[in-house]
Amino acid sequence: MTNSSTYLRYEALRTARNWPFLVLSLAFPLILLLVVGGSHRHTHLDGISFPLYYMVGMASWGAMGAVVATGARISAERQGGWTRQLRLTPLSVRSYLTAKVVTGYLVALLGLAVIYLAGAGLGVHLPATGWLLMTGLILVGLVPFALAGVALGHLLRPEVLGPAIGGLTSLLALAGGAWGPLLTGSLAGIAKALPSYWLVQASVAGLDRRVWGVEGWGVMAAWTLVLVPVAVAAYRRDTARV
Amino acid sequence: MRAEEVKCPAVWIGGVEKSYGRVTALSGLDLAIFPGETVALLGPNGAGKSTTIDLLLGLSRPDAGEVRVLGEAPAEMVAAGRVGGMLQTGQLIRHLRVRELVSMVASLYPRPRPVDEVLELTATASIAGRDTTKLSGGQTQRVRLALGLVGDPDLLVLDEPTAALDVEGRRELWAVLRAVSSSGTTVLFATHYLEEADEHADRVVLLAAGRVVADGTPNEVRGVVGGRRIRANLPGVDSDELAGLAGVAAVERRGDAVVLSCTGSDAALRLLLARYPTACDIEVTAARLEEAFVELTGAGAGAAGDPGARR
Repeated sequence: MTNSSTYLRYEALRTARNWPFLVLSLAFPLILLLVVGGSHRHTHLDGISFPLYYMVGMASWGAMGAVVATGARISAERQGGWTRQLRLTPLSVRSYLTAKVVTGYLVALLGLAVIYLAGAGLGVHLPATGWLLMTGLILVGLVPFALAGVALGHLLRPEVLGPAIGGLTSLLALAGGAWGPLLTGSLAGIAKALPSYWLVQASVAGLDRRVWGVEGWGVMAAWTLVLVPVAVAAYRRDTARV
Repeated sequence: MRAEEVKCPAVWIGGVEKSYGRVTALSGLDLAIFPGETVALLGPNGAGKSTTIDLLLGLSRPDAGEVRVLGEAPAEMVAAGRVGGMLQTGQLIRHLRVRELVSMVASLYPRPRPVDEVLELTATASIAGRDTTKLSGGQTQRVRLALGLVGDPDLLVLDEPTAALDVEGRRELWAVLRAVSSSGTTVLFATHYLEEADEHADRVVLLAAGRVVADGTPNEVRGVVGGRRIRANLPGVDSDELAGLAGVAAVERRGDAVVLSCTGSDAALRLLLARYPTACDIEVTAARLEEAFVELTGAGAGAAGDPGARR
């Protein structure tokens, strides 16, 4: 069969060479963490050091942004006609989507590493199990966002995608509590249906070592089940003429 | 080459209809292309060239009728790497060098051609280390051609491959395509450059309003409207007398010169020389493909009827 690992390797190489994309994907959560977390180094919230509290929020927001931004790369390739060119090859939808999602994940992992290092520099301490649990759960929690990025990339033009991604990730991060638990009452209840809420909870697991309950797994599974066909349909629709 | 026609056709299109909303792109298209042929799909904008190519590359499906490529469904043959294509527009992706891009696409095929061989064939070996965004128009097009060839296809389908190229870029691309077709690959290219069809195809299929209006060698398609012309200096000979020569369809006198429009120019020329030894400054010219094109497409598909050149 076809050698999709070679294809994946070149996609990763392309992502690694796209340094403006990498720098911009990593910069904002890092800057926020250094500025906000750094200026409250010795503050405590609910008995948790503020830099730690802020670090987990920035970790989930940054990772979310990195995988959703896959959509921007897709949209640009689509506009250039590359997606149609790929349709003239045996590349399967699955291999195509896998390569896009995996490269998005690589950027997210790089972002997490940078955020963790910055957090450690601000004096954050977590046991090894905390770091691992948090990272593992974040990676699982990114699945719906990666799928949403692919779908948006195939549905929207590049000039529309910029504000769409910026606005969407900010709203989701805000509602999910990446910047602190801002929503109260019934709005907080609605927030629990969002994947971003559980993504933030995934980061928080680094603090309290509490893995998602049934509700968390259920919400994430539901979003994934909805978004897989959406992403596949968006790719298919995009590459065929009417 | 004709002996190979007993083989399974490389392309078989039977009674295909295709509309986009209210716009009819193809209305009853029939076409068979045989292995080894180099065929030009010629027609004005909107004749259905791109639609035909999309069908052959499995990018869209017919509303009615049947499309077979190498005896199978187009999408299957694309997935097997037996059909290569080059679409009309398309940029190369960034952040890769030429060789890396060709290798990346090669890795998708079950039995790719060696990358070096493809770079050599498409005259891109000298730019293999260059960034894909730093190429001239002609170089970009040859890299795109390399992407279409790296799967080692039996059929290569090209949609206006030279549309955006300058004269030099065009010349280089055709040199590559000649090498491809002489190695036995069946080549189908859409174009609206008549001279390209004339020079590079051994068969011309003329489309108008979604149907085939003429099909044959460039000479045969020209013959549909007028065959060849003989021009000679021949003062003092009666036009009606000349019109009676075998193979002459019409005679026009221009001063001392006569212009004979012929259906059989060889026979007419022999008779002319035998009967009128004083005839001099003789020119035999083919009716231009452009005249066939204008008559068959511009004058309306109805006027063309069912041209005799069609096989």
